[in-house]
Order: sequence, then structure tokens, then C-alpha cells
Amino acid sequence: MLAFIIRRLAQSVLVMLFVALIAFIVFRYVGDPITAMVGVETRLEDQEIMRERLGLNDPVIVQFLRFIGNAMRGEFGISYRLQQPVTELILSRLPATLELAFASATIALVFGLVLGVYTALRPRSFGSAIIMAASLVGVSLPTFLIGIALIYIFAVELGWFPSFGRGQVVDLGSWRTGLLTESGIRSIILPAITLSLFQLTLIMRLVRAEMLEVLRTEYIRFAKARGLTQRAINFGHALKNTLVPVITITGLQLGSVIAFAIVTETVFQWPGVGSLFIVSVQVVDVPVMAAYLMFIALVFVLINLIVDILYYVVDPRLRVDGGGAGK
Amino acid sequence: MTEPLLSVRNLAVEFPTRHGILTAVQDISFDIMPGEVLGMVGESGAGKSMTGAAIIGLIEPPGRIARGEIWLRDQRIDNLPPEKMRKIRGRHIGMIFQDPLTSLNPLYRISDQLIETIRTHLPVSRDEARKRAVKLLDDVGIPDASRRIDDYPHQFSGGMRQRVVIALALCAGPELVIADEPTTALDVSVQAQIIEVMKELCAEHGAAIMLVTHDMGVIAEAADRVAVMYAGRLAEIGPVRDVIKDARHPYSQGLMGAIPRLGESLERLVHIPGSMPRLNAVPPGCPFNPRCPKVFDKCRTHRPATSEIEPGRRAACWLYPGVTEA
Amino acid sequence: MTMENAPAAKPIAPPRPKGRLRQALDSDIFYSYRRSPVTIVASIVAVSLILMAILAPWIAPHDPFNPASLNLMDGFTPPMSQSAFGDNWFLMGADNQGRDVFSTIMYGSRVSLFVGAMATLFAITLGVTLGLTAGYNGGTVDAIIMRIADIQLSFPGILIALLIFGIARGVIPANQQESMAIWVLIVAIGLSNWAQFARTVRGATMVERQKDYVSAARIIGVHPVLILIRHILPNVLGPVLVIGTIGLALAIIEEATLSFLGVGVPPTQPSLGTLIRIGQQYLFSGEWWILFFPAVTLVLLALSVNLLGDWLRDALNPKLR
Repeated sequence: MLAFIIRRLAQSVLVMLFVALIAFIVFRYVGDPITAMVGVETRLEDQEIMRERLGLNDPVIVQFLRFIGNAMRGEFGISYRLQQPVTELILSRLPATLELAFASATIALVFGLVLGVYTALRPRSFGSAIIMAASLVGVSLPTFLIGIALIYIFAVELGWFPSFGRGQVVDLGSWRTGLLTESGIRSIILPAITLSLFQLTLIMRLVRAEMLEVLRTEYIRFAKARGLTQRAINFGHALKNTLVPVITITGLQLGSVIAFAIVTETVFQWPGVGSLFIVSVQVVDVPVMAAYLMFIALVFVLINLIVDILYYVVDPRLRVDGGGAGK
Repeated sequence: MTEPLLSVRNLAVEFPTRHGILTAVQDISFDIMPGEVLGMVGESGAGKSMTGAAIIGLIEPPGRIARGEIWLRDQRIDNLPPEKMRKIRGRHIGMIFQDPLTSLNPLYRISDQLIETIRTHLPVSRDEARKRAVKLLDDVGIPDASRRIDDYPHQFSGGMRQRVVIALALCAGPELVIADEPTTALDVSVQAQIIEVMKELCAEHGAAIMLVTHDMGVIAEAADRVAVMYAGRLAEIGPVRDVIKDARHPYSQGLMGAIPRLGESLERLVHIPGSMPRLNAVPPGCPFNPRCPKVFDKCRTHRPATSEIEPGRRAACWLYPGVTEA
Repeated sequence: MTMENAPAAKPIAPPRPKGRLRQALDSDIFYSYRRSPVTIVASIVAVSLILMAILAPWIAPHDPFNPASLNLMDGFTPPMSQSAFGDNWFLMGADNQGRDVFSTIMYGSRVSLFVGAMATLFAITLGVTLGLTAGYNGGTVDAIIMRIADIQLSFPGILIALLIFGIARGVIPANQQESMAIWVLIVAIGLSNWAQFARTVRGATMVERQKDYVSAARIIGVHPVLILIRHILPNVLGPVLVIGTIGLALAIIEEATLSFLGVGVPPTQPSLGTLIRIGQQYLFSGEWWILFFPAVTLVLLALSVNLLGDWLRDALNPKLR
């Protein structure tokens, strides 16, 4: 177990270094940091002094190490656009994104699982046919169109939910939450559904495929031959075996919820990290881009790690074999 | 005479396919007495596993029992509603599958699988069920059963897993166990042990066995009576000693021509030219006629029914008087 | 699985020789095509949309990008009606600048399809090349290429495309940004999708490489590149075609998303995504058609291509079903 985790950790560090390298290249070579900071009007000699002071004349490897060192302390410099420390900016917008991601991940997981199991257990029913057809349409619908459609139907026409923003927020220390007020809850519903639909479809199809596979196995036949109840077979034996592979892929999918939030946040003018990133790309606010990249990579690596450990806990075969047989 | 435990009457199993209906089992009838071991032998695709699946009610759709009746003592079980049939499975009829590596749910401890099965059928507490399970594992020859019961399937070897499977099939005390090629997937070295364990334990519990296999050696070793299947039909059925010594149906005669020692595979040893017809291409008349060394005209046009040719023995062959047309 | 534990399955009848056309019409693929009404409809929709896009300059009722033919007075004319001021008639209405929505959609699909197709081609070229290289060489080359593919596959394509787009913005001088925008977009989308192809092709290559005919070719000294192109490439085309079709649908959606986010094609060359971005502003004021028709076109395009890809996957490999 320990060896397994250490190996996974080493891999995660490698991935982070790789992403850091890209972020560094973006940070250092896209545009000129000096002109971005002080404008072109500054005298060349002054620019040269700044360059020297900021260490931009040092060997590349030294600069890269310094970049990593700063990144580990959470320092990514000052946003060109907003003239604020990047880390502060991201942290102030993080709660909005995390709450949205959490809400939609929950929706995707619950409905994906339920619908997947349903369509697997009743493959020939009318309901399953409808769900499967809808899921294919769902994959082909761009997220932003779903968002617009939901806004049009539920905000413009029916007026049930607000069409943009987070509603009223409450400060809990440094965490600004929208989940404690009624308007906040109402505001998160549409964006959360929008963001969840794609993952929901994926999870559902995955659960269905895996479960159909499991239902064909010999141990399910043997369970039937022993006269176990349909319930025990479907929701005990079959579901538990279905969940093993589903956990991995679902976990990774949930990571991408945060990245997909970019689109949803833009459609709903949700004040999260994603919309910050979009604006930064539009105006080439390099420090924010680099920091966001590192942030997303960190999220992915963490989720990967958790999924691996979870996998280990769920499947006894991995536990006893000493972790060598994983994936 | 005692009542038969199981009676199969004119059973037919069909599979609708894109190219028409396939008949996997055609018009077979036989009885199994309490405590008896009936061997069911034949080549792959002869319909022996399908017969077993029909008895325990586990034919995969779109397959279905098209005709015939199956009786367990005085209850007809081929047309029971699913929930009633479920209560018979495990409790009255148990089943052992071919591959012990895939028969056990990898994510459940052995104890959970046993206790769950016992408590599904019997009104006992968890503790009692566990005691019973440990005893059973001990009986099937798993050393240190009280400790190993909490292991997962992958922690056992193939032979040990098949012992667990036997324990699972027997744990609710069925009167009949259908063993579908129980040793085929195992090492030759453990095949005899498994058959031995199964036979002994069933005798102890008073359970009859329907032993499905393509291995005549296994039959010779373990069965009281043997039924020979060919192309979905019963070619011959009778006491195992008589059939081995003096087979009546030309197909069984070929089959018995060389009985291998336990563990050797049958197919290589059959010295009947040709191969069994596919189910969608069974010739008219006797299905065996293209390969039969003793074929004559009637065999090509008229199909023989499995009929009594002497007390306790039935065969489907025109060589014998008293055989009627199917 | 159903009958017995049988290694049976011998052919029933010897195959009869057939003509090429008959063979094609008799093939499993054509059989599954005829059997699937959804696929037939999807292919008709996809082909019509693609034809419409290609032929736009010749068949579009208006030229939405010729300022001379535009009349601001036509602005916001509803669908199926005459402009209040001119004598122009608009099937799908007119937008804020008086452009015929139907015509902008035709030109918009042209941009969307062009970007999607080029990006997919780029992704295929890159992915297949790297996949063949990795699979054939193995060792360090393979490890490096596949590690990068793994990392990239765990990030959503849209994020990677956005990043590449941002970098390009910073690197390309301002006065060329507009003209380069489409190519930047193609590269960005292509680069975000190559890994799928690389992974599939690599797997197939490693299998093929072991086979005798490849060993034979290698022993008699055929150049590796020639072996790859002549012997291995044809064997991996099936899966590439499947992923490529689904990839095309993805690329179209990705382009639309980027354009919707305002980081795609320049407004002078609107794609379906740009049109939706424009139309969204008028949704609240009731001019629904400016948004609705481009959105429906985009969905139809993505859905029909997706359905074709789905069918292709099932038809080429029934086991995956």
C-alpha cells in the first residue's frame, strides 16, 4: 500500500513539473513581462534595471527553479490587467467555482448512477430507449447551448430562476458562500445542471455498459442459480462490481468539471475562476493564465491520487497483491 | 418403487435467431431418483448444459422452453412464476458451474457469499449461518476453514475455489445438484479430488447429482446411470455399467469404444468419422445417420423416439424392436 | 456463450464468389446501414448540411458580407416575412444589421466545417504519425510520447485549446492576429485532440509489428517508414476513421464553444458559434430567431456526425456494442 502510494505520488510530482514547465514557458516567453508591467514608455535603461532586478537575465534553469519555488509558496506575480496579486485573485474567486463544481458533480453522479443502473436492468424498456436517445443528443449538445436554453426557458419565460450571477452571498471567514441564502441556492441550480449534463451522460453510459457486462458474468449466473433475490443480485453483487471501474473514470471526469466550468461560468456570468481565465486569455494576462494552469493541474493530480487510493480500497484483489496489479 | 425426485417429460428448448428457430434440446425425457448420480454425456453443443439450465430455470433469453414439462417430486417447475422459481433454486436444486475462477464474485468475502445464500433460504441468524458455512467449508476439505472463510475468492487456488463453489451450491440443502462440467476447467491433478468431494458430500446430504460432462472417464467413475445426448436428443440412457459394457446406440458404442482414464479428454478418442451436425442442419431421420456405421434406409427417413428396449434401458435406434417413431 | 462451452462455429456453407458491388451491398456494414433508420436520416442531414456549406457562395439568397447589399432598415425582420422597409423576404429572419440569418448560417457552417475538418485532419496526421512512431519503436520514444498523451488526455480539450489560443495571442503581432485567427484555432483544436489517435494507433501498431509479414519485411531490409505506410497504416485505418468521425463532431463543438467564448474566429468571418454569441444578446428582447436557427444548425450538424460515428463504430466492431 505504502509503496503504491509513493509511486503514485512520484508520478504526480512528475506531471506537476511538466505542467509547471509549460506554465513557466508561457509566463516567461509570451509577451514581454517588463513592457506588460510598466508599459512601453519607460526608458530602456530603466527597463534593463528592472529586468536585472527581477532576475530575468539569469540562466533559464535558475529562472525555472525560482518559478517553481514561487509557485510552491503560491506566488504567481501581479495580474497585468487588474494589478492585484494573482493568488489573491484566484483565491477570492475559488469558492464560487468549487461550489458550482461540487453541486454539478453531485447531480451528475446521482443521476448518472441511477439512470445507468435503470437502463442496464431494463435494457428493452421504453424508458431506457428514451434515456439512451436523450443521452446521445446530450453528448452532441454544446454546453453553452444547454445553458442558453435553460436560461431562456427557466429564467426568461418561466422566471423561476435568475439568469446570471450568484445571488446573495455570505462570508464565512475567507470563504464567500452562496449556499446559505435562498437566492444563492436558486442561482446555482441552472448553472449546476448545465455543467453536470455532459458528465451525467458520460457516467450514465459508463455505468450502463459496465453493468450490462457484469450482468453477463458467470458469478451473476451462479448467484441466480443459488436463488438469491433479484434485489441482492442487482443492487448488491452486480452494482458493487460495476462501481469498481466506474469510480476511476468518474473521478477523472469530476476533475474536468472544474475546467469545463469555464464555459458555464461565462454563460451564467458566474464570478468564478473560469470566467477569470477566459478574460485573461482574451487580454493575454499571462500571470493569471500560468497560475490557472498550475491550479487546474493540481486539482487533477489530487483527484487522480484520491481515485487511485479509493480504487485500492474498493477492490480487494489489489490490496492483497501488494499493489503491483493495479490498472 | 420410490418416486422419482425429478421428472423431465418431452422437454424441448428453442432459440429464435435471425435465421430461424434453433432447437437446442428436442423431446427428451428422463427421471432422476433421490440420491442418484445421473451422468449426462455428449459432445459440445449436444444440449446437455442446456438441459441443466432448463431444469434450474436459467435459460438466457431469447432461449425458451418450447414444449414439455419438468416436475420436482409433485410440483411442476418449468412454468413457475420467477419469484417462486427463485425460491426453488439453491433451496431445492443447486448448481455448480464449470469455471471456479469466474463463478465467485471477486468483491465479496467467501463468508458473505455463503451466509447470504443460507439466509436467503433458511430462517437462521447470521451466527448460525456462519457456523453452518464453516462446517460446510470444512466438509468440502478447505483447511483452516474458520479462518479462511473471511478470505476473498482470489486468495484461493482453482481447485479450492471449486470446493467453495460446491459448498455454495449445497449450503441451503438442495435435493438435486446440477454439476455442469465441474472439472473441465481444473488441473488434471485435482479433477478426481473434486469429483470425490462432490460425490461424498451429496451422498452425505442425500442430494442427487446430475453430472453434465463430455468426459466419459468422469461418468464411469462417478455416475449410477448415464444419459448419452446427441444433437439435442437423448440417444441412450441406462445404468452406467450396462451402457459401458454393452452400449446399444451406435453413437454410444463409438463413445464407449475407448474410455479414457479419468482426466483425459474425450473428443480426441472418439473414433466416429465426421462430426455432430449443427443445430440448424440436423438431417431428417435419425440425426446420427450420416455417421452411423450400421445405417439403413429407414434411418434416413424416419426419426426414432427414445424407447424402452429392455427394462431400465432406453435407446433411440431402429436396430431394436419396440422402438417407435418420434 | 449461449449454447454450450463450445469451440464450435464452423462455417455453414462455403462462401460463394461475388461481384465487387454485390459484395459491398452484401457486407455487414451496408446491412447495418440499411437496418438503421436513424443512421440513414443522420447521413442525409449531414450530407445536406455539408453541401449547403460548401455551395454557400453560389446558393445563398443573400451575401451577408457584402456591405453594399445590406440594408440596416431590414434589421430584426422576423422569419418568413417581408422587411418592413425594403422588398427583401427572409426565410429565417434578419439579424441586427439586416443580414439574412439563413445566409449567415450557410456561410457560418462553412467556417465551422472548415475549421472542424482541418483541425481533425491535423489531429489525425499528428496523432497517427506519433502513434506509429511510438508503437513501432517502443522504448524511450514510446514512453515519452505516451506519457505526454496521457497527461494531455486527462485535461479537457477546451482548456488546452484555450491555452494554446492565449499563447498565440501573446506571440503573434497584433496586426496579423485577425488573419491568423482561423489557423490558430485549427492548430489549437487539433493539438487538443491528437492524443486519442496516437493512443489507438500505437496499440494497433504494436500488435501488427509482432506479425510475421512485418518481421519478414524487416528482415529483407524494407525501410521502416515504408513498412509503416504500406503494411501497418492500412490496418489501423478502421479505428482512426471511427475516432475521426466522432472527433469531427467534437471539433465542431469545440470551435463553436471557443467562438462563443469570444476567442475563436474573428467577427468578420462568423462561424456558427459566433452567430450564437451574437444572437444571445437578442434573446431577452424577443428576437429569438437570430439565436435559434444557428443553434439548431449547430446541433443538427454535431448530432448527425456523432450518430454516423456511433454507427460506424458498431458496424466496424460489433464486439464494442
